[in-house]
Amino acid sequence: MKDFQYLAPRRLDEAAALMAEHAGSAQLLAGGTDLLIFMRNGRKSPEVVIDAKKIPELTRLQLDAGRLTIGAAVSCRTVWEHPEIIEKFPALADAATLIGGIQIQGRATFGGNLCNAAPSADTVPPVIVYGATAHIASARGERQAPVEEICTGPGLTSLAPDEILVSLSIPAPQANSGAAFLRFIPRNEMDIAVANAAARVDLDETGETISAARIAIGAVAPVPLYVEAAGAALAGKPVNDGSIASAARIARDASTPINDMRGTVEHRKQLVEVLTARALRRACDRARGEKIQ
Amino acid sequence: MSDTSPKNGFNVVGTSPIRPDGLDKVTGRAQFADDFHLPNMLHGKILRSPHAHARILSIDTSAAEALPGVRAVVTGADFPAVRHELLNQGTAGVLNIREMSENCMAKDKVLYDGHALAAVAADNPHDAELAVNLIKVEYELLPPVMNVRAAMADDAPVIHEDFHPGGFIAPTEKYLPNASRLQLGNGDPEQGFAEADLVLEREYTAETIHQGYIESHVTTVTWDSNDYVTVWTATQGQFALRDHLADIIQVPISNINVVPLEIGGGFGGKERLYIDPVAAFLSKKSQCPVKIAMRRDEVFRATGPSSGTYIKLKFGVKQDGTLTAAHLHMAYEAGAYAGGPLFLGVMSATSRYNIPNIHIDGFDVIVNKPTMRPYRAPGAPQALFAVEQMIDELACELGMDPIEFRMKNLMRSGDRLVPGFPLAPIDTEKMMETVKAHPHYQAPLEGANRGRGLAYSIWFNIGEISSARMQVNPDGSVTLATASPDLSGTRISLAMQAAETLGIDVEQVSPTVSDTQSIGFSLPSVGSRTTYSTGAVVCEVAQEILKQMCERAVLLWETDAGQVSVENGVFSNKAEPGQTITFNELAARMFETGGPISHHRTGHTQSFIPGTAAHLVDVEVDPETGKVDILRYTVFQDVGKAVHPDYVEGQMQGAAVQGIGMALNEEYFYDDEGRLKNASLLDYRLPTSLDVPMLETVVLESPNPAHPFGVRGCGEISIAPPPAAIANAIYDAVGVRLYSMPMAPRKVCAAVKAAEPAKAA
Repeated sequence: MKDFQYLAPRRLDEAAALMAEHAGSAQLLAGGTDLLIFMRNGRKSPEVVIDAKKIPELTRLQLDAGRLTIGAAVSCRTVWEHPEIIEKFPALADAATLIGGIQIQGRATFGGNLCNAAPSADTVPPVIVYGATAHIASARGERQAPVEEICTGPGLTSLAPDEILVSLSIPAPQANSGAAFLRFIPRNEMDIAVANAAARVDLDETGETISAARIAIGAVAPVPLYVEAAGAALAGKPVNDGSIASAARIARDASTPINDMRGTVEHRKQLVEVLTARALRRACDRARGEKIQ
Repeated sequence: MSDTSPKNGFNVVGTSPIRPDGLDKVTGRAQFADDFHLPNMLHGKILRSPHAHARILSIDTSAAEALPGVRAVVTGADFPAVRHELLNQGTAGVLNIREMSENCMAKDKVLYDGHALAAVAADNPHDAELAVNLIKVEYELLPPVMNVRAAMADDAPVIHEDFHPGGFIAPTEKYLPNASRLQLGNGDPEQGFAEADLVLEREYTAETIHQGYIESHVTTVTWDSNDYVTVWTATQGQFALRDHLADIIQVPISNINVVPLEIGGGFGGKERLYIDPVAAFLSKKSQCPVKIAMRRDEVFRATGPSSGTYIKLKFGVKQDGTLTAAHLHMAYEAGAYAGGPLFLGVMSATSRYNIPNIHIDGFDVIVNKPTMRPYRAPGAPQALFAVEQMIDELACELGMDPIEFRMKNLMRSGDRLVPGFPLAPIDTEKMMETVKAHPHYQAPLEGANRGRGLAYSIWFNIGEISSARMQVNPDGSVTLATASPDLSGTRISLAMQAAETLGIDVEQVSPTVSDTQSIGFSLPSVGSRTTYSTGAVVCEVAQEILKQMCERAVLLWETDAGQVSVENGVFSNKAEPGQTITFNELAARMFETGGPISHHRTGHTQSFIPGTAAHLVDVEVDPETGKVDILRYTVFQDVGKAVHPDYVEGQMQGAAVQGIGMALNEEYFYDDEGRLKNASLLDYRLPTSLDVPMLETVVLESPNPAHPFGVRGCGEISIAPPPAAIANAIYDAVGVRLYSMPMAPRKVCAAVKAAEPAKAA
């Protein structure tokens, strides 16, 4: 590990000024569960590490009139220990509980997971299907972007070198809405997704017809992938095996996985179809009021 | 002469006292190798090849040497040229010291991703790492050879211009540029196949796997101004390390003291040196103590994993289930240098069934991977994955119950093993009958995609040379030292054998593991030998102590020799009924009866003591994802005598978990250039506690006549059956055979998919 300077600003404007000053040579540190490993193995060698965890806007977790705001440095554990969030946004808990063990969950953050931009990031497909907006700040001002536009490639984001992800905000879910996230790993814990999938469905008042749906898949493309067409195909369709299967097929066809130590192209395509279908079924069950942990 | 023979009823053996090292280990007080520090100690780091196969053209260390804080730099040039000297290690075979040296530090060629080629000692680990990264190396890249079939192909790149056939237990003969050969057989296979009603031929593969011990390799070495070298490290064998180190660094063996510290797992992977000679030369150059601690990725890339294999079987059987013939082609990776676990794989492949006509053609194959080293029942899991699946497939084809089929061909005590000698006494029938009568075997298995599988194994435990030293203290306590590092609770199991023999409480015995200057030579803690072999020597020493104490009582009571007997720690005078003295009372009077009471012995015990194990497993397969979940698992094992039943069960479960890991997910994953891509515990998928259910254990005890209490050793065998048992269960669940290990979800999924059209048709 190379020597580096550690800075811990306490205000957002101060952090933005530091990011501008050290743009290109600075890394924001949230939980550090990726960054510290990259610094140890030489994949990243920042000259300046700016700690995000002392900035109020980045550590806020707020549920306001149903709208959820997750500060970029809020830990996964904090999110899934919030009973109201788990009830209203179960797919977030699905993902947050799967990441690491208790110690890692206490460090790892939704914001860090998004900015690390791993194709396999477990918290990203759920926030995509919930329609989250990313709030971004820099010394040049503030902007917003749909969360599915943040990751642009493995380890790459649309954030400029001086920009800071402040928070993710998720609109209040509609009535008769449900979501779920599933991932496949060869073991039962402590692993990186071979493939994952998140689904959200809004049912009509009968609970038999899908009025809208969003599907996102992971570890099967250069980025966590929002498959708009798979959701669109479900609009107006009845909740049944046939419509779920065709949406899952679209998700499969949208995937462009690679062969690596964690999985093969063939297996990942198979898995993403299976996981999408299973996540959709679970999302429908939740939309109908079933409690599924 | 006093009566000191062991009794049938045990006082200590068969109980489960708490181990003396337990509390300090769970509270973090125990001193492992990385907890050891010396004043002025430097930290060493090693530069490792990123290439699987390359010639070293030049190494420029000038920038590293110029870095402030750097005290010494070594390369292969600092390692003395040693001949291809074969060091005789008794039944451990003969070892090639030159290759061992070059495995620690490459000279002309690097032979695998991770091969060491330079090292730095600096004031702190940070500076050492910076300096290592300043060393410039020019390579001429050579084509990597990454598996046994590629290495044995006609046009395979040659890894060593000249290589010396491996000598791990049994010698092999050079056969191909990258392979040596070992052939064993019996009868006339051609005739046997002609007699068969059914002949099956199958091919099986396995990937390279690692022991996965949690503690990485760490050593601290001082080389003083008199050329005395002291090593503090975690090792399975301080004497093996000492002798190998002496040859590599070329100092007399008597100049070296190896001090074994607590060990955080070995499983066969810590009986060989890697970093100790490097630290020694760094210490010699810097004139300071040097510590080297491997990172996890270094452990995976550059220690001694277990072989990937290619095994091709042809088995013939009569309609009534009698095996008539077998041909086994077994190719094991040796890694960078010859001498992988081939012989033990060959030895364990069929040694539990009588096959009158058999030929085994074994190959020890050099590839551009780290040098393979023993891993708990070396070679057996790969061999059994093939043979026990073949047995199951034959039984299925014949419509026979898998236990009946095995019973039909079961090897019993005295039957001839493939290498020619007879199977030592053990009750193999009782094992089969126990499995058959067990509730797990009898229980119905319901539900879709669920199946049950069985595998059976005989494994041979090593005896050979062990040392023990015992001293009785005036307060009645007993100091017990052995040369056997404690991998698995053997300090307590040895103390228990001492206490049982002496007739005292186990709490009175303090067991320790000595350094090489303080006790006689011993083979390492390998081959399931410590509780058996060292235990037998401890019992002999205890018998001698009792004899000495009887003589003291003779002096005390002024009676005739032979009049004093001892039972349960009480000495009595036959000539004077009612005259008794306890062990503690007699110990207190040692100085009026001739002084200290102590004894040291280096003893020898018989090898190839068989142990048996049968594993029964229920699985559920998710045919859509290929994931295999283990629902129920029972380990049956004949341990001879369970000295400490709790720790014996722990050995059975621990071995089974490692077998389950290699069955389902563990594998080295190399890219096309021969670089290891999953050198981390994240991506090398060892099983976690959530991946295995509680493993039931059934302990059988058919006594080993070569040990006073009947102990056989129990540490290794249960790693061997899981892959085959799980494969057989998967077949029972979803009707597909997995011929490739690990049976990872991607493979199970593909096999299920491939079978779908056939099923539909």
